[in-house]
Formats: sequence, C-alpha cells, structure tokens
Amino acid sequence: MSSATRPLDWTPSDRQLERLAWRRARSRRRSTIALTSTVVVFGIAAVAIVSAPGWERVQETFFNWDEAKSSAPEILRGFGTTIQMFLIAEVCILVVGLLVAFVRVAPAAGLAPLKLVAIVYTDVARGTPTLLVVFLIGFGLPALQLQGVPTSLFVLGILALTFSYGGYVAEVMRAGIQSVHPSQWASGRSLGLSYGQTLRHVVLPQAIRRVLPPLVNDFASLQKDTALVAVLGVFEAFRAAQVESARDFNYTPLVVAAIGYIILTVPIARFTDWLALRAVRREQGA
Amino acid sequence: MTSPTEDKEPPPLLRLESVRKHFGDNQVLRGLDLELAEHEVVCLIGASGSGKSTLLRCVNLLETVDDGTVWFADRDISDPRVDADEVRREIGMVFQAYNLFPHLSVLDNVTLAPRKLGRAGRVEAESAAQELLKRFGLADKASAHPDSLSGGQQQRAALVRALAMRPKLLLLDEITSALDPELVGEVLDAIGELKAEGMTILMATHEMNFARDVGDRVAFLDEGVVLEEGAPAQIFDSPTQPRTAAFLRRVAPH
Repeated sequence: MSSATRPLDWTPSDRQLERLAWRRARSRRRSTIALTSTVVVFGIAAVAIVSAPGWERVQETFFNWDEAKSSAPEILRGFGTTIQMFLIAEVCILVVGLLVAFVRVAPAAGLAPLKLVAIVYTDVARGTPTLLVVFLIGFGLPALQLQGVPTSLFVLGILALTFSYGGYVAEVMRAGIQSVHPSQWASGRSLGLSYGQTLRHVVLPQAIRRVLPPLVNDFASLQKDTALVAVLGVFEAFRAAQVESARDFNYTPLVVAAIGYIILTVPIARFTDWLALRAVRREQGA
Repeated sequence: MTSPTEDKEPPPLLRLESVRKHFGDNQVLRGLDLELAEHEVVCLIGASGSGKSTLLRCVNLLETVDDGTVWFADRDISDPRVDADEVRREIGMVFQAYNLFPHLSVLDNVTLAPRKLGRAGRVEAESAAQELLKRFGLADKASAHPDSLSGGQQQRAALVRALAMRPKLLLLDEITSALDPELVGEVLDAIGELKAEGMTILMATHEMNFARDVGDRVAFLDEGVVLEEGAPAQIFDSPTQPRTAAFLRRVAPH
C-alpha cells in the first residue's frame, strides 16, 4: 500500500528518471489547468450574479447582515431545543429500531404475534407522512384528555419523531443483521454461546458497522425533520427563524437557520466516515 | 444398549444410531451408524455431498436430525429437550472457511466464549488464551485482526478458539480445504499434536495421507451411510467395497 515510502536500494536508470520527470511535469500541468479553470468559472459566475439587475433585492431579502445579526440569538436559542429534541429522539429511535429488528429476525415461533405487530408497525411508520404523525400525536393525543398522556409539546414531538423514524431504523438494522453470513451464527453457536449472546457479541457489531452509512443518513434526515415539530408551537430553530422572519418580512433569518442545520449535519457525516475508516483499518491490520 | 459390556471396553464417547437427515428432497444421511471412543481420531472420507459436513453439523446440533439418535457421553443429545448450548460447550467445531469473528482481535476471538459463558474472568481467560496461542505459533498475532493473517494462521486461530472451551470432542470440517498447499502442513501438524495429547477428534478430510498417518480409524461415507470403516491401512490398501476402491483411485491416482 505504501511502498512509495520505502527507501530505494537501487539507483534508478536514466530511462526511469526521465519517466519520473515527465510524470511530475504532467501532474503540475494538470493542477494548473484545474486551478485556473475553477477560478475563472467561479469568478465569472460571481460577477454575473452580483451584477444581475435583481441582485440588490436578493441580497436584501436573503442575505441581510443586520437581519442575520439581530435574529441570531433567538435562532441559536431555538437550536438549543432542536439539538435536545434530536439527541433524545435519536436514542429512543435506536432503542425502538433495535427492538423491532430483533423481533423480526428472531427464529422463535412463540414471537409470532409480536412479529405481526412489528411488521404492521414498520409499514404504518414508513407509510405515513411524518408531518401527519406529528399532527396526530401532537394535537390528537392531548385531545383524548386521558390520564397519563403527556401534555408537553416537546415530549409529544419526540414521541411523533420516534414513531416515524423507528420504522426506518428498524428496517436498516434488520437488513444489517441479515447481511451477516450464517457461518458467523454457526461459529458463535458452536462455541456454546446462546442465540442472544451470538447476536449481541458476534452478529450485531458486524451488522451495525455495515449499516452505519444508511443509519447516519436517517439521522441527518431526522435532524431536519425536527423542524416539523414547529407546527405544534415548540420553539425550536425553525420556529424561531419564522418568528424573526415575520417581524421584518425578511427571509434572512431562515437562511441563518438553514446554515445552522447544515453546520449540525456535516460533522456527524464526517465523524461516521472516520469511524468506518478506522474500523476497516483495524480489521485489515494496516 | 444397556447390556453390561463383558470386555470392560469403555463406552463410546460418541455414537450415532441410524441417523437420518434430509434437506427438501435431498436425502443426505440415510440411517448412518458410527462410534467414536475417547482419545480416538476418526477420519471421514468420501466424495463431496456424501454427508460428511452434515454429519458433523448434526453432532454439533447446528442441524436437527430427522430420525435416529446421537449419543454423546451416554446422553441422547438429539432429544429436543436437551439444552443445545450446553452440549456445544463440550463439543468444539472448526470450519472449512475458518469463520473467525472479523470485528474482534485474535485474542478476543479466543476469549469471547470462555468469558461470556462465565468459564473465566478476563485476566484468566486471556492468560489461558495466550498460552494456547503460543503453543500453536500465534503468540505474536494475539492483537491482530483475522483479516491480516494468512489462511494457515487463521485456521490455527480458529482451532485455538475451539480449544479454549476445553471441549471433550473436536469436530473438524475439512479444515485444510481452503488453504494454499504450502499452508496445509502447519495446520495438520497442529492436529497431530492434539492427537498426541489424547484429544478425541472426528474430522472430515480430503488429506488421505494425513488420514493414514494420524487416523486411528477411517470411515468411508457413501450416499449417506458409512459404507466401510476400519484401520487406515485396511481401508487404503485393501478396501473390501468396490465403491471405496473407486473413490480412492479417483482422489489418489497412482
């Protein structure tokens, strides 16, 4: 893999030296072309956009610095709620997803009724628009006026997100568990480990590693969908941006919120890339 | 089966009695009988599809028999009421494709079962595992992951993993079939050493020379039954069944 770093124990021939020189020259030429063309294209685009007749209005409506500054504290406060909601929902979703996946892959015949419940649940959860679920749970549940039903909109919002995303994550987990080769089950069981022990220590670690990318996808999507809970009146980032935006009829606060969502998502994606890479390196003993 | 034995021969450690197993229409085992005494090494030979692997998987309870009985240490382990996990703790198995756990280091592969089954604490399990790894020439591979090992090293690690549970019986399913020819020897040497220590081994193999050298007995499987069994010299040099002779000619043409 890294043979290039090994010191040479021979003197390269003139022919080889000439080849190396040509390769270096070629890669220099290519970088120069790439750099200049990028600068030129983006430069032209920037000039075209800024000098376009409507640019002033676009800048005023979406990228107003004063608006951004004045709305930032409230939006930041909203993000506090967003992040809380997201983190709690993520844990709940993982638990629900794993439990449903376990029920669906378990061979025990006694679980048949539970399996049916799990199948119906995933179908319903994945088939219903999340916004609709948020309405149903957020407004519908309290309307029952039953004892013990939570009335906090924050809790109801998390409940709705968990219900909706649990179905997706359960299917991702199930796919991961089933992708582990049966011989891994066989060798775990042949050592005397029980079904549960083999699942926990042998199959699940391999399954989760494989489904990490789609799992992160679901969680990035969840992070954005926390904004749906705004319809219940929970003061999270999107709601805060909406309120700020309505005050001056300016859309800059929404752009500020959008940037905030992006800033939240990117590190998670990079972190999981790094996790996956580290796992591969370790297994291959590099 | 309960009659007292006159010649005081110890009861067999493993006894298969008219074992049947089919997959769909495919009758793999058709009333197979086989016995294995303690400290004995029995080699199963026969063509692909003759039922060698299925037989081993039935003994390890990875497959349920369709009929017949598997006796292990005088206990009917083919009874569905038997705790299969408990039986498997006493019967080690090594597979053709190694089947090591790729997400764990070699050391963790070996210590996982002893630790999780409460046989030993981490420290105790690890020192026992290090001892075994050293014996099988893997002392410097303890912290490596399986994918960075050669085939021969992986198979020896799989062997150590099975041995860490201190099984009374070891099942080896064509454990050299996936190896490069020059790596077969190191694995077979390890088996020879285990035999010298008195391990009871039932192995499916294509290594006829090894079966002759190390096997106490050789059983030729054909169409789901043991067609012929006996001392290696008898089976290899003067088989009584024409089908045995034909098989031996095919695998070792002279």
